[in-house]
Parts: sequence; C-alpha cells; structure tokens
Amino acid sequence: MTAATVPHTGGAITARPAGAVQDVVAIAGRALRAVPKDLESVVPPVLIAVFFFLVNIGTLKGLTEGAAAGFDYTAFQMATAILLGVTGVSRAPALVIDVQDGYLDRLLMTPVRRGAILVGHLTADVAIAAALTVPIIALGLILGVDFATGPLGILVFIAMSALWSLAFAGFGYAIALKTGNPAAVQSSFLLFFPFLFLTSSYVPRDQLTGWLDTVAGLNPVTYILDGLRALTLSGWDWSAIGGGFLAIGIVASISMSLCFAALRGRVAQT
Amino acid sequence: MIEATGLSRAFSEHDAVRGLDLQVEPGEIYGFLGPNGAGKSTTVRMLCTLLAPTGGRATVAGFDVATEPDQVRLRIGAALQEASLDPKQTGRELLHLQGRLYGLSRRDAATRVAELTTLVDIGDALDRAIGTYSGGMARRLDLAAALVHNPTVLFLDEPTTGLDPMSRAKVWEEVRRLNEQLGMTVFLTTQYLEEADALADRVGIIDGGSLVAEGTPDALKRSVGQDLIIIHTDSGPEAAVRALGSIEGVTSVESVDDEILVSTADGAVTIGPVAIALGKHDIAVRDLTLRTTTLDDVFLELTGSRIQNDEPTPTEEVLV
Repeated sequence: MTAATVPHTGGAITARPAGAVQDVVAIAGRALRAVPKDLESVVPPVLIAVFFFLVNIGTLKGLTEGAAAGFDYTAFQMATAILLGVTGVSRAPALVIDVQDGYLDRLLMTPVRRGAILVGHLTADVAIAAALTVPIIALGLILGVDFATGPLGILVFIAMSALWSLAFAGFGYAIALKTGNPAAVQSSFLLFFPFLFLTSSYVPRDQLTGWLDTVAGLNPVTYILDGLRALTLSGWDWSAIGGGFLAIGIVASISMSLCFAALRGRVAQT
Repeated sequence: MIEATGLSRAFSEHDAVRGLDLQVEPGEIYGFLGPNGAGKSTTVRMLCTLLAPTGGRATVAGFDVATEPDQVRLRIGAALQEASLDPKQTGRELLHLQGRLYGLSRRDAATRVAELTTLVDIGDALDRAIGTYSGGMARRLDLAAALVHNPTVLFLDEPTTGLDPMSRAKVWEEVRRLNEQLGMTVFLTTQYLEEADALADRVGIIDGGSLVAEGTPDALKRSVGQDLIIIHTDSGPEAAVRALGSIEGVTSVESVDDEILVSTADGAVTIGPVAIALGKHDIAVRDLTLRTTTLDDVFLELTGSRIQNDEPTPTEEVLV
C-alpha cells in the first residue's frame, strides 16, 4: 500500500493508510469498549472461578494439608481457579455477530489490515483476561496466599494466565471465522473440559494414578499449572515457569495458525 | 470513474453476473436497476473489493478492484443492502472508529463526526446505542459511516429498501446534496423504479446478471413508448375524439370503454392544448390524467416481465 492521500474536492480530510499500530489499537479499543455493555461474557467466568476456589478449598484443604505437612492448598487451588476464570473468555462470539450483522464487511471495505482485525481482538482479550485475574488473586491474598516470588511474581502470574487465555481463545476465533456460527463458537467450550480437568487441577500430579497421570503428562495445562504454582509456592523455579510458558507457546502456535488461516479464508473475496 | 469490462462472477454452477460492461463518469449518479436476484449486489460487492471477479476486470477511481484493492478502498464509501452496523456501539463511536480505520487523526475523526452529524441529521441520537435506532436512523448512520473519509465514489446498495416514505425522501435528499455539493460519483442500486427515475443521471437495467439497457431515464422511457393522456367526460366520446385529433403532437385518440386515450410523444407539452381544446368545444371533463411511460414499462419491454416490488407504479396526475 502506498502512502497516498486521496484527493477530493469535498473536504480537506481524506483517507490515508493508517499504520498497523493504529489499526490494532482501533480494533482493540472497540472490543474493550464493548465489554461493559456485554458483562455477561466476563462476570460469570469470574463468579464460577471464585465459587470453585472457595468450594474446593473448603472440601479438600483439610485432607490435602493433613496428608503433607507445609502444603498450602489455597495457593495450590488459586492457579486452578485462575485458569477456570480466564479459559474461554474472548471476543470471538462478538466477532461472529459482526459476521452475521455485516459489520465485518464494513470493516473489510476499509483499508484496515486484515490481520489487525484479529490481532486487535486478541489484544483486547489479553487485557480482559489480565483484568479478570485480579479479583481472584485478591481473594487468594485475602485467604492468606503468599507469593514466594513477591510482587514481580504476581505480574508474571497475571501474564502467564492472560497468555494462556489468549492461546485458548485462538480456537474460538478459528471456529468463529470458519463457521460464522454462534452455536459452533459456543461448542469450543467443550475443549475446556479435557484441558482443565484431565490434569492436576485438584491434587498434585504425584497423586494422580493410572491413565489420568498419563493424560495429565500430555496435557499442556499441567505445565501451566506447575508454572503458576511455582510462582506462589516455591519461588523462581525457572524450570517450572519456563515449562508453563513453553506449553502456552505450543498451544498458541496451533490455535493461532488455525485462527489466522480461518481469517484468510473469511477475507479471501470468494 | 468506474469502468468494467466483461465483469463476471460465478458461484458454483450459477452465473450471478455475466460479462458486464460499465462506464460511470466522474460526478455522475448512476442508477443500477433490476429485480431481486438480478446481480446488482454481487456487482457492488465486486466493485467494493469484497468479492473477487471470476471474469473480466473493473477499475474504480483508476485502480483495479482485484489487483489494487487497498487503493480502491481508500477512495470508496459504501452503504450495503442491510445497514452494516454494530448495535452495541453508539453512533459516535462507530463513526469515530471508521475515521480511525481510514487513517484519520483523532482530531480529524472528531471533526468529521461533527460535520456528518449535521449532514445526516442524526442529532442527539449520536450518543445512543445503535440498537435503539429506527430503521431510517440506522440507514442514515450507515450513509454517514460511508462518508466519514470524504470518498470519491459512493456505492449505495438499495439504500432505501424497507424505509418509510419520509425516511426514503431524506436519503434521496442527502444523495442529491452529496452529488451536487461535493461532486461525488454515486453508484446506486435499486429495485424501486421511482428511485432510479428521481435520482439517477443515467440508469443501467440489469436482468439475469446482464445489462439489458442503459441511458438517461427519459431516453429509456422514450425508447419504448409514448405518454398517455386519459380523459373521462360526461359528454359522449365522439365529440372529444373529433376535438382532439388535430392537435399538434397527438399521435392517436381512441375511445376505450368510458375512457378517451390520447397518445402523444410528450405528454407534458401536449396536455395543455388538450385541456384547452376540450374547453373550447364545451366538453364536460370529469378528470384528465397524464400517465407517463415508466421504467417498469421499459423493463417489461426489454425482459418480458415486470420488476417485482411492493411500490406503486409512479404516475403523474394532473386534474383539471
């Protein structure tokens, strides 16, 4: 695209190619402005996460801490609660509505970079996911969780959680752009169950047995939980933290490939 | 400003647009008239870079829609068949976002939003969620969104479908103003005959994906028929037939049932002498109606069928 200003007799203000950053910021800004008008997409996940956080602590804290001296089950469970809260939270359903309402066509008739439409939404998702971790972490702190890595560890904890949310969101966008069907996007929620429950969500990995231990070993969420728990329970354990980021990277490479391929198909003028 | 040569688009086995040749001049309002499914919207989607042609080529503002779509997008604005709006944004948010996506600075985007508020008469509703807008307001906002970057070419795909007559008149007024004051080239698709008649400098008639006729509305109408003056009298028809037969411009006078039908090449010119002649011969006229040839008559002549829509056939009535 050449940096030309379009001449027009009717007014001095005319179109010109916007920069990639302006494109992304504009799309992300719109996605973020929509959140307060669409609270049902963000409030229930946090409430569910808080609910299970409290219930699981109430149910299993005595059992687990009694079995292993010095074990902090509240800190252990906070990582699970965080992932419950941020997994599957995205603006993908809103993008489907854009497809259905024709608003995506309006965007596609502008010179906006096609990739920026997706990157803008994903950027907003990261910000939303980061914000959703705050009340859960605050609850954890109130319940006595102590971050072994200190304030910086809290920031890394939030970053890892938000990046996982982003990696998972890619599947929703892939389905949204491929199908343009809200029901199909909702079905991506099914991926949530094997990711979050066939892993060390409730008890440490060494307590898992048989097939579940095998599956948990293959589940990237296991390593993300290990990384998050290391930040609260054991300090800067770079092996665990790095493993968590690596697991996120592997999932993201798959989901982003799928969603950008779906975007190319959607805007291919076919 | 818009040129198409052999422009075609096929979907699987179906040819939606077949070998379309178009030439729209700068500053012209070009009406693209045809029934549902004729290929109007597919043509617009190709010219707006949303759909790739499967044959032929087209340029808009000098740039090829298939190979230089980014350049085309900078120069066009479009309001598609259904208002393409986000119901959760406010009108102001939507227009501002449009401005930013067209590379406008925040200040320029705000300036354009203020200008467009006046232009499309949205007023206080600009800060309300679009989901609360009436159909007419949504259409006008859609038009404003198409204009935020001062495009050179404006595409309007059935801009008044589903609107009440008052909202329709407002849209027409805006289109005329944009064309007259800004010199904007307007490509307008419609299935409403009177819309093409009222707005377009030239009309292209499309049927089955092909252009079947093109010209000014008047030229198209004159190419297929004559105006008709219809008279009901309380006197016998024979006297009227005798009185009118010798008037200059009258092609024929017939008495059919209780009507006297006067055919003429130019009804607007002939109706005066006809009324005078009737008065001079003391013929008591109950009513006198001028019915001009319509674009529907043109469509019927060219395709053998009428354009289907719910609108009444436009007529001009002059009562004496």
